[in-house]
Amino acid sequence: MRLYGTDIASRLMLGTAQYPSPAVLAEAFRRSGAGIATVSVRREAGGERAGAAFWDLVRGLGVRVLPNTAGCHSVREAVTTAQMARELFDTPWIKLEVIGHADTLQPDPFGLVETARILADDGFQVFPYTTEDVVLAGRLLDAGCEVLMPWGAPIGTGLGLTNLYGLRTLRAQFPGVPMVVDAGLGLPSQAAMAMELGYDAVLLNTAVAKAGDPAAMAEGFARAVEAGRLAFAADPMEPRDMAAPSTPVLGQAFLE
Amino acid sequence: MKIMVNGAATEVRAGTLAQALDELGYGEAKVATAVNESFVSTAARGQTALEPGDRVEIVAPRQGG
Repeated sequence: MRLYGTDIASRLMLGTAQYPSPAVLAEAFRRSGAGIATVSVRREAGGERAGAAFWDLVRGLGVRVLPNTAGCHSVREAVTTAQMARELFDTPWIKLEVIGHADTLQPDPFGLVETARILADDGFQVFPYTTEDVVLAGRLLDAGCEVLMPWGAPIGTGLGLTNLYGLRTLRAQFPGVPMVVDAGLGLPSQAAMAMELGYDAVLLNTAVAKAGDPAAMAEGFARAVEAGRLAFAADPMEPRDMAAPSTPVLGQAFLE
Repeated sequence: MKIMVNGAATEVRAGTLAQALDELGYGEAKVATAVNESFVSTAARGQTALEPGDRVEIVAPRQGG
């Protein structure tokens, strides 16, 4: 998988939040095989040094980091957060979140496009957290995004792919664009389904971090992502309504 | 003078952002900064003068999804 000119071996991207401990986080990453970790920036007090400890942990994972603008609601806030993240993590990559609705954490499509354009013009490589809306997707590409990250369901819900038609349509509309289903996944089967639809990768956090055994769930997702990708590449059969015997009818013994 | 640091009213003697970070104990900490909602790079902190009432944000790497 190639994202902004960088080859990434794994099609599973994993968040770093909400794990019971740093050790569990590290083990979950090891078993997931994930090549990209999402991170954030948050306020730090003088003398606290929590950021340095977390940064050491992340560097030990041996993955690329994708900083986010989680929690930003305005263009200004998202731009400033992205600029702070670029300096802190020394990467032009930014997972752009501009939230427009408190209950669903649905992206604000207008603020998202405006911010994406400002950041792309400033040299950022933007990974926009978006919906399955094809018009919005086109505007984000026009704004300079080379990767799209549509939601499966609202962040943290674990509802899976709530709009299969929308995701299928979006995938078909922009066949050459790398697309990552980001957010809303709760189970490996849902990740497999996203991959079977032809999505290039999935990004999740809560489903792994909040599982009873995060490391085992991470491996479950890794296998599902691989299985779904294999199935997509293998050109699946067409479903049909009437049964069709798989065992040959010819040569059956006559026993009536 | 009194400025806002991460949302809390804070008394500082510093005249620049770089001096304020030293005074508040950030030292060599891995942090990024903004003043009045605009990003200030590490290189620009020494030339960034602070005024009473300025809103300073100081952030560091954290867990994220």
